[in-house]
Amino acid sequence: MLNYTLRRLMFTIPTLLLISFIIFLILDLAPNDPTGNLPLTIPPEVREKIRQSLGLDAPMYIRYLLWSQQFFINEPLNLLNQWFGWCIGDCEGRLRVSSWATRSPVVDLIAERMPQTLWVVGMSYVVGILIAVPIGVISAYKQYSWFDQIGTFIAMIGFSVPTFFTGVLLIVIFSVWVPNDSFFWLPSIYDTTLEVVDWDSFMLQVRQMIMPVMVLGLFNAAQISRFMRASMLDNLSQDYVRTARAKGLKEKTVLLVHVLRNSMIPVVTVIALGIPQIFGGAIITEQIFKVNGLGQLLIIGIQGADIPLVQTLTFLFAVLIVLFNLIADVLYGLLDPRIRYE
Amino acid sequence: MRDQSATILDVANLRTVFNTRDGQVFAVNDVSFYLRPGELLGIVGESGSGKSVTMMSLLKLLPMPPAEIQGGSIEFDGRDIRNVPDDELRKIRGGDIGFIFQDPMTSLNPVFTVGFQIIEPLRVHMGLNKKQARKRAAELLELVGIPDASARLKDYPHQFSGGMRQRVMIAIALACDPKVLIADEPTTALDVTIQAQILELIKDLRQKLGMAIIWITHDLGVIAEIADRVAVMYAGQIVEHAEVKELFANPQHPYTRALLETLPKMGEARGTRLASIDGQPPNLDHLPVSCEFAPRCKHAFDRCRAENPQRRDVSPAHDVACFWDYSSGGPTDA
Ligand SMILES: Nc1ncnc2c1ncn2[C@@H]1O[C@H](COP(=O)(O)OP(=O)(O)OP(=O)(O)O)[C@@H](O)[C@H]1O
Ligand SMILES: [Mg+2]
Repeated sequence: MLNYTLRRLMFTIPTLLLISFIIFLILDLAPNDPTGNLPLTIPPEVREKIRQSLGLDAPMYIRYLLWSQQFFINEPLNLLNQWFGWCIGDCEGRLRVSSWATRSPVVDLIAERMPQTLWVVGMSYVVGILIAVPIGVISAYKQYSWFDQIGTFIAMIGFSVPTFFTGVLLIVIFSVWVPNDSFFWLPSIYDTTLEVVDWDSFMLQVRQMIMPVMVLGLFNAAQISRFMRASMLDNLSQDYVRTARAKGLKEKTVLLVHVLRNSMIPVVTVIALGIPQIFGGAIITEQIFKVNGLGQLLIIGIQGADIPLVQTLTFLFAVLIVLFNLIADVLYGLLDPRIRYE
Repeated sequence: MRDQSATILDVANLRTVFNTRDGQVFAVNDVSFYLRPGELLGIVGESGSGKSVTMMSLLKLLPMPPAEIQGGSIEFDGRDIRNVPDDELRKIRGGDIGFIFQDPMTSLNPVFTVGFQIIEPLRVHMGLNKKQARKRAAELLELVGIPDASARLKDYPHQFSGGMRQRVMIAIALACDPKVLIADEPTTALDVTIQAQILELIKDLRQKLGMAIIWITHDLGVIAEIADRVAVMYAGQIVEHAEVKELFANPQHPYTRALLETLPKMGEARGTRLASIDGQPPNLDHLPVSCEFAPRCKHAFDRCRAENPQRRDVSPAHDVACFWDYSSGGPTDA
């Protein structure tokens, strides 16, 4: 198992290098100009100077190598320095991947935005799973009951209605229709500067998280509950379930020990594989609720043609996808004793 | 016809129906049989004749719906268990009655160790603690002939061969010293040498433990070897029932005779084709109103197509559901 994981990890390195190069290529092909948003009064020579100062006159492969050096070597060294105080090489003058728009290091920008995204996105995923698993289990056990029918209906809606619609709908209901002073009123804007120090600020934090978390969470729940149900149904008709009943086990044990354990195997992998997608899906939700997380950062970067920022963020999403693919495979092996990676 | 006082299991007029989307399937029709303590009852019949459904109906192991037990009584150890509450029934399942299923490859849970699966009924029914249960589980594995038993408790089902898995299933079924063991074609999915081993094992265990056994098979050869009594099933009904010697010596139902003819004979040259019974297996989409075997029967006459024969005694402990009387070579008196 360990062997397998290590080998897979080795294999991810060339994969990720290739992905980073492709992202770079695509972004380079896109007709964008970082000086395009500057006032028109700036004369062309000055624009050219600005481009040169950003290194844009160099050939494509030089720029890619520079980015690679900065991202794959300098940034990790810098992290070591920041976290542990270890200084390797030139700690002060080291070049880092910097945003064109703000001139600050991209990794710092990301670190700043990460907690908001993790809170909202992570919470919504947890909420989604907590809702989905029991619903999936009950729907399968009571197949075609009214519970199952309603669950199917809601899941279909949750699955097919996009989050930008549900998000706006919730805002219209809970921030606009519901009067301001009501208990049910919820803020439509996520205030990142809010610090949780006491009960009141904690409640405020909870309130402002409810809508974005529910919008994303219900979307996730719709998907996962379907998987859960299908997987449970697959297993409920297996022979080993009859054996478990023939042993005189309680229905609860049969369902929650024997069937659930088997049913979770594919669901856990689906959950793991879905985590990176969630970051992508969060882009829209973050935009609606003004959560200044990673998704919003990416949108700002795209609008401002901030290539280093977009390149780095996109690449990070790619890393997440590759990483969670690996995690899913490893989990599969851990959960299913029949699978041994040799 | 039967000695009521000495039975451990007494089933009368059992009727099980599947309510499917395409209509009803009458899988078990008015089946009655009994089992005495320590005795081995063989049930034979071709595929689809309702052997498994009959046995699973006893312990409500069928998916309900679609299955529905519509009638009959099931008396176990002097108690009617057809209408007992679920928790009472659970005590009987795996406790008083052990069950071995047809396919050992799929009957064990793939994600739990064999030890875990043997220990479960021990803890539920016998109230053993972890350590005692583990010890008994190892003893059971040894009993069913698995070498290096205590080490193998930690293995998963996929690490066992088919024959070994069936031994594990037998260990589970025997875990709580059941009074009755129901073995539903325990050797069908195994190859011939393993079949013989499992058969030996059961014979041996029966001697040691003395439980009553119901053995389902479509192989009359196996029945001849181990059974005390035999019931022959056709189209969800028992069509003939007798002591094993009597059945082989004096078969009264044309279907039983046909089955016996399909057996390879001693001294017959290898390679001669096994005989099979001509005609289509019966359709179960209606309640039997006439003899279901009539279309395949060479003795069938008008009455067979108009009326469903009831079981009639031929001699003590031998009954048959047929209008044809082989002793006189003609129809029985109406
Ligand atoms: N879940 C079900 N739904 C509908 N019909 C069923 C179901 N299970 C069994 N049957 C029907 O019940 C009849 C009897 O099946 P059963 O499994 O008892 O046969 P069997 O005698 O055990 O055969 P085999 O030797 O192949 O095991 C069959 O015709 C089958 O089609
Ligand atoms: Mg069967």
